Amino acid sequence: MSAVLLAASDDVKVAQNIAFGIIAAIMIVGALKVVTSKNVVHAALALVLVLSGAAAQYILVGAEFVAVSQVLVYVGAVMVLFLFGVMLTRAKLGRESDLNNPNSWIGVPVAAGLVGVLAWVLIDGFGDDRLPADGSSKAVVEISDSVLGPALVPFLALTFVLVAAVVGGIVLARKD
Amino acid sequence: MLVNNFLLLGAVLFCIGVYGVIVRRNAVMVLMSIELILNSVTLNFLAFSFMHGNIDGNTFALFIIGIAAAEVGVGLAMVLLIYRNRKSIALDELSEMKG
Repeated sequence: MSAVLLAASDDVKVAQNIAFGIIAAIMIVGALKVVTSKNVVHAALALVLVLSGAAAQYILVGAEFVAVSQVLVYVGAVMVLFLFGVMLTRAKLGRESDLNNPNSWIGVPVAAGLVGVLAWVLIDGFGDDRLPADGSSKAVVEISDSVLGPALVPFLALTFVLVAAVVGGIVLARKD
Repeated sequence: MLVNNFLLLGAVLFCIGVYGVIVRRNAVMVLMSIELILNSVTLNFLAFSFMHGNIDGNTFALFIIGIAAAEVGVGLAMVLLIYRNRKSIALDELSEMKG
Protein backbone atom coordinates (compact mmCIF):
# COMPACT_ATOMS: atom_id res chain seq x y z
CA MET A 1 0.00 0.00 0.00
CA SER A 2 3.03 2.27 -0.19
CA ALA A 3 1.79 3.53 -3.55
CA VAL A 4 -1.45 4.77 -2.02
CA LEU A 5 0.43 6.54 0.77
CA LEU A 6 2.74 8.08 -1.79
CA ALA A 7 -0.27 9.30 -3.71
CA ALA A 8 -1.51 11.09 -0.61
CA SER A 9 1.61 13.24 -0.66
CA ASP A 10 1.06 14.18 -4.29
CA ASP A 11 0.36 17.88 -3.85
CA VAL A 12 -0.43 18.62 -7.48
CA LYS A 13 -3.90 17.13 -7.68
CA VAL A 14 -5.09 16.93 -4.08
CA ALA A 15 -8.77 17.24 -4.90
CA GLN A 16 -8.65 14.36 -7.35
CA ASN A 17 -6.83 12.17 -4.84
CA ILE A 18 -9.37 12.89 -2.12
CA ALA A 19 -12.25 12.22 -4.49
CA PHE A 20 -10.59 9.02 -5.64
CA GLY A 21 -10.13 7.83 -2.06
CA ILE A 22 -13.71 8.51 -1.01
CA ILE A 23 -15.21 6.91 -4.12
CA ALA A 24 -12.85 3.94 -3.93
CA ALA A 25 -13.81 3.31 -0.29
CA ILE A 26 -17.50 3.45 -1.20
CA MET A 27 -16.92 1.07 -4.11
CA ILE A 28 -15.01 -1.49 -2.05
CA VAL A 29 -17.58 -1.44 0.75
CA GLY A 30 -20.35 -1.84 -1.82
CA ALA A 31 -18.53 -4.69 -3.56
CA LEU A 32 -18.04 -6.51 -0.26
CA LYS A 33 -21.74 -6.01 0.42
CA VAL A 34 -22.54 -7.53 -2.99
CA VAL A 35 -20.64 -10.74 -2.26
CA THR A 36 -21.58 -11.10 1.42
CA SER A 37 -25.17 -9.89 1.66
CA LYS A 38 -27.79 -12.43 2.67
CA ASN A 39 -30.49 -10.58 0.78
CA VAL A 40 -30.50 -10.69 -3.01
CA VAL A 41 -32.19 -7.32 -3.45
CA HIS A 42 -29.76 -5.65 -1.05
CA ALA A 43 -26.89 -7.11 -3.06
CA ALA A 44 -28.39 -5.69 -6.25
CA LEU A 45 -28.69 -2.24 -4.66
CA ALA A 46 -25.09 -2.44 -3.43
CA LEU A 47 -24.12 -3.27 -7.00
CA VAL A 48 -25.78 0.00 -8.07
CA LEU A 49 -23.45 1.77 -5.63
CA VAL A 50 -20.38 0.05 -7.11
CA LEU A 51 -21.39 0.76 -10.71
CA SER A 52 -22.13 4.42 -9.99
CA GLY A 53 -18.78 4.74 -8.23
CA ALA A 54 -17.12 3.18 -11.25
CA ALA A 55 -18.77 5.81 -13.45
CA ALA A 56 -17.36 8.51 -11.17
CA GLN A 57 -13.89 6.97 -11.43
CA TYR A 58 -14.20 6.96 -15.21
CA ILE A 59 -14.82 10.72 -15.08
CA LEU A 60 -11.67 11.06 -12.94
CA VAL A 61 -9.64 9.39 -15.71
CA GLY A 62 -11.18 11.66 -18.33
CA ALA A 63 -13.61 9.23 -19.96
CA GLU A 64 -16.88 11.11 -19.76
CA PHE A 65 -18.54 9.29 -22.64
CA VAL A 66 -17.82 5.88 -21.14
CA ALA A 67 -19.07 7.14 -17.76
CA VAL A 68 -22.37 8.25 -19.24
CA SER A 69 -22.66 4.96 -21.13
CA GLN A 70 -21.97 3.13 -17.88
CA VAL A 71 -24.79 4.96 -16.11
CA LEU A 72 -27.20 4.40 -19.01
CA VAL A 73 -26.41 0.75 -19.66
CA TYR A 74 -25.40 -0.64 -16.26
CA VAL A 75 -27.28 1.43 -13.72
CA GLY A 76 -30.25 1.86 -16.03
CA ALA A 77 -30.72 -1.34 -17.98
CA VAL A 78 -28.62 -4.11 -16.44
CA MET A 79 -29.84 -3.44 -12.91
CA VAL A 80 -33.45 -3.58 -14.09
CA LEU A 81 -32.62 -6.92 -15.71
CA PHE A 82 -31.13 -8.16 -12.44
CA LEU A 83 -34.17 -7.09 -10.46
CA PHE A 84 -36.41 -8.80 -13.00
CA GLY A 85 -34.27 -11.92 -12.67
CA VAL A 86 -34.60 -11.83 -8.89
CA MET A 87 -38.36 -11.32 -9.15
CA LEU A 88 -38.90 -14.08 -11.70
CA THR A 89 -36.76 -16.73 -10.04
CA ARG A 90 -37.82 -16.59 -6.43
CA ALA A 91 -40.95 -15.96 -4.50
CA LYS A 92 -39.62 -14.43 -1.34
CA LEU A 93 -37.48 -11.33 -1.19
CA GLY A 94 -36.26 -11.47 2.40
CA ARG A 95 -33.10 -12.87 3.95
CA GLU A 96 -31.88 -16.20 2.67
CA SER A 97 -29.67 -18.67 4.41
CA ASP A 98 -28.59 -20.82 1.44
CA LEU A 99 -27.08 -18.21 -0.87
CA ASN A 100 -23.56 -19.54 -0.38
CA ASN A 101 -21.93 -22.80 -1.29
CA PRO A 102 -21.49 -25.25 1.58
CA ASN A 103 -17.69 -25.24 1.35
CA SER A 104 -17.30 -21.55 0.60
CA TRP A 105 -14.27 -21.08 2.88
CA ILE A 106 -12.06 -21.86 -0.13
CA GLY A 107 -12.99 -18.49 -1.63
CA VAL A 108 -11.17 -16.51 1.07
CA PRO A 109 -7.64 -17.87 0.51
CA VAL A 110 -8.11 -17.78 -3.28
CA ALA A 111 -9.22 -14.15 -3.29
CA ALA A 112 -6.62 -13.09 -0.71
CA GLY A 113 -3.83 -14.80 -2.61
CA LEU A 114 -4.99 -13.29 -5.87
CA VAL A 115 -5.15 -9.76 -4.46
CA GLY A 116 -1.70 -10.24 -2.92
CA VAL A 117 -0.16 -11.38 -6.19
CA LEU A 118 -1.88 -8.66 -8.21
CA ALA A 119 -0.89 -5.90 -5.76
CA TRP A 120 2.71 -7.11 -5.73
CA VAL A 121 2.88 -7.21 -9.53
CA LEU A 122 1.26 -3.80 -9.93
CA ILE A 123 3.40 -2.06 -7.32
CA ASP A 124 6.49 -3.73 -8.77
CA GLY A 125 5.60 -2.89 -12.35
CA PHE A 126 4.02 0.56 -12.12
CA GLY A 127 5.64 1.73 -8.86
CA ASP A 128 5.26 5.49 -9.21
CA ASP A 129 4.14 5.97 -12.78
CA ARG A 130 1.95 9.03 -12.76
CA LEU A 131 -1.10 9.92 -14.73
CA PRO A 132 -0.40 13.01 -16.83
CA ALA A 133 -1.26 16.12 -14.83
CA ASP A 134 -2.37 17.96 -17.95
CA GLY A 135 -4.15 15.06 -19.58
CA SER A 136 -7.32 16.06 -21.33
CA SER A 137 -10.53 14.09 -21.39
CA LYS A 138 -11.36 12.21 -24.54
CA ALA A 139 -13.74 14.00 -26.88
CA VAL A 140 -16.67 12.07 -28.26
CA VAL A 141 -15.49 12.79 -31.78
CA GLU A 142 -12.23 10.93 -31.08
CA ILE A 143 -14.14 7.92 -29.77
CA SER A 144 -16.46 7.88 -32.77
CA ASP A 145 -13.49 8.20 -35.12
CA SER A 146 -11.97 5.17 -33.41
CA VAL A 147 -15.14 3.09 -33.27
CA LEU A 148 -16.16 3.79 -36.84
CA GLY A 149 -12.60 3.74 -38.15
CA PRO A 150 -9.98 1.20 -37.01
CA ALA A 151 -12.45 -0.66 -34.79
CA LEU A 152 -15.24 -0.88 -37.34
CA VAL A 153 -15.10 -4.65 -37.80
CA PRO A 154 -15.23 -5.41 -34.05
CA PHE A 155 -18.05 -2.88 -33.79
CA LEU A 156 -20.09 -4.70 -36.45
CA ALA A 157 -19.30 -7.98 -34.71
CA LEU A 158 -20.63 -6.45 -31.49
CA THR A 159 -23.87 -5.52 -33.23
CA PHE A 160 -24.25 -9.13 -34.40
CA VAL A 161 -23.58 -10.34 -30.86
CA LEU A 162 -26.25 -8.02 -29.51
CA VAL A 163 -28.79 -9.20 -32.09
CA ALA A 164 -27.92 -12.82 -31.34
CA ALA A 165 -28.27 -12.12 -27.60
CA VAL A 166 -31.71 -10.57 -28.07
CA VAL A 167 -32.92 -13.45 -30.24
CA GLY A 168 -31.33 -16.04 -27.97
CA GLY A 169 -32.84 -14.47 -24.88
CA ILE A 170 -36.29 -14.56 -26.42
CA VAL A 171 -35.87 -18.17 -27.58
CA LEU A 172 -34.56 -19.31 -24.19
CA ALA A 173 -37.06 -17.51 -22.00
CA ARG A 174 -40.18 -18.01 -24.13
CA LYS A 175 -42.90 -20.20 -22.64
CA ASP A 176 -44.28 -22.64 -25.16
CA MET B 1 -2.02 11.07 -9.28
CA LEU B 2 -0.53 7.62 -9.51
CA VAL B 3 -1.81 5.18 -12.10
CA ASN B 4 -1.45 2.52 -9.43
CA ASN B 5 -4.39 4.02 -7.54
CA PHE B 6 -6.73 2.91 -10.28
CA LEU B 7 -4.93 -0.34 -10.98
CA LEU B 8 -4.99 -1.40 -7.33
CA LEU B 9 -8.66 -0.48 -7.02
CA GLY B 10 -9.30 -2.58 -10.12
CA ALA B 11 -7.33 -5.48 -8.63
CA VAL B 12 -9.27 -5.33 -5.37
CA LEU B 13 -12.62 -5.23 -7.18
CA PHE B 14 -11.52 -8.10 -9.42
CA CYS B 15 -10.64 -10.26 -6.43
CA ILE B 16 -13.91 -9.44 -4.66
CA GLY B 17 -15.69 -10.50 -7.85
CA VAL B 18 -13.70 -13.75 -8.01
CA TYR B 19 -14.58 -14.39 -4.37
CA GLY B 20 -18.25 -13.89 -5.19
CA VAL B 21 -18.09 -16.26 -8.16
CA ILE B 22 -16.50 -18.95 -5.99
CA VAL B 23 -18.65 -18.50 -2.92
CA ARG B 24 -22.13 -17.79 -4.24
CA ARG B 25 -24.59 -20.59 -4.89
CA ASN B 26 -27.38 -18.50 -6.41
CA ALA B 27 -26.94 -18.04 -10.17
CA VAL B 28 -28.11 -14.41 -10.15
CA MET B 29 -25.53 -13.56 -7.50
CA VAL B 30 -22.80 -15.16 -9.62
CA LEU B 31 -23.83 -12.95 -12.54
CA MET B 32 -23.58 -9.89 -10.28
CA SER B 33 -20.06 -10.90 -9.28
CA ILE B 34 -19.15 -11.23 -12.96
CA GLU B 35 -20.29 -7.63 -13.41
CA LEU B 36 -17.83 -6.61 -10.70
CA ILE B 37 -15.02 -8.36 -12.58
CA LEU B 38 -15.92 -6.70 -15.89
CA ASN B 39 -16.02 -3.25 -14.26
CA SER B 40 -12.58 -3.69 -12.74
CA VAL B 41 -11.17 -4.55 -16.16
CA THR B 42 -12.86 -1.51 -17.69
CA LEU B 43 -11.31 0.68 -15.01
CA ASN B 44 -7.86 -0.64 -15.92
CA PHE B 45 -8.45 0.00 -19.63
CA LEU B 46 -9.51 3.60 -18.98
CA ALA B 47 -6.62 4.30 -16.60
CA PHE B 48 -4.12 3.13 -19.21
CA SER B 49 -5.97 5.05 -21.91
CA PHE B 50 -5.56 8.24 -19.87
CA MET B 51 -1.96 7.46 -18.96
CA HIS B 52 -0.85 6.97 -22.56
CA GLY B 53 -3.18 9.55 -24.12
CA ASN B 54 -4.54 6.84 -26.41
CA ILE B 55 -8.17 6.47 -27.41
CA ASP B 56 -8.16 2.67 -27.80
CA GLY B 57 -8.83 2.08 -24.11
CA ASN B 58 -12.07 4.03 -24.35
CA THR B 59 -13.11 2.00 -27.39
CA PHE B 60 -12.41 -1.24 -25.54
CA ALA B 61 -14.39 0.01 -22.54
CA LEU B 62 -17.42 0.68 -24.72
CA PHE B 63 -17.12 -2.79 -26.24
CA ILE B 64 -16.94 -4.31 -22.75
CA ILE B 65 -20.10 -2.46 -21.73
CA GLY B 66 -21.93 -3.69 -24.83
CA ILE B 67 -20.79 -7.30 -24.40
CA ALA B 68 -21.69 -7.19 -20.71
CA ALA B 69 -25.24 -6.11 -21.56
CA ALA B 70 -25.58 -9.02 -24.00
CA GLU B 71 -24.07 -11.42 -21.48
CA VAL B 72 -26.47 -10.42 -18.73
CA GLY B 73 -29.45 -10.75 -21.06
CA VAL B 74 -28.55 -14.26 -22.20
CA GLY B 75 -27.40 -15.28 -18.70
CA LEU B 76 -30.64 -14.25 -17.05
CA ALA B 77 -32.65 -15.98 -19.80
CA MET B 78 -30.71 -19.18 -19.04
CA VAL B 79 -31.27 -18.74 -15.32
CA LEU B 80 -34.97 -18.30 -15.98
CA LEU B 81 -35.02 -21.50 -18.06
CA ILE B 82 -33.21 -23.43 -15.32
CA TYR B 83 -35.61 -22.09 -12.72
CA ARG B 84 -38.61 -23.09 -14.80
CA ASN B 85 -37.31 -26.63 -15.26
CA ARG B 86 -35.99 -27.27 -11.77
CA LYS B 87 -37.69 -24.73 -9.44
CA SER B 88 -34.24 -23.82 -8.13
CA ILE B 89 -31.25 -21.81 -9.33
CA ALA B 90 -28.69 -23.31 -6.98
CA LEU B 91 -25.66 -23.92 -9.14
CA ASP B 92 -24.36 -26.93 -7.22
CA GLU B 93 -27.55 -28.85 -8.02
CA LEU B 94 -26.93 -28.58 -11.77
CA SER B 95 -25.23 -31.94 -12.16
CA GLU B 96 -26.88 -33.44 -15.24
CA MET B 97 -23.69 -33.20 -17.25
CA LYS B 98 -21.76 -35.25 -14.70
CA GLY B 99 -20.62 -38.47 -16.40
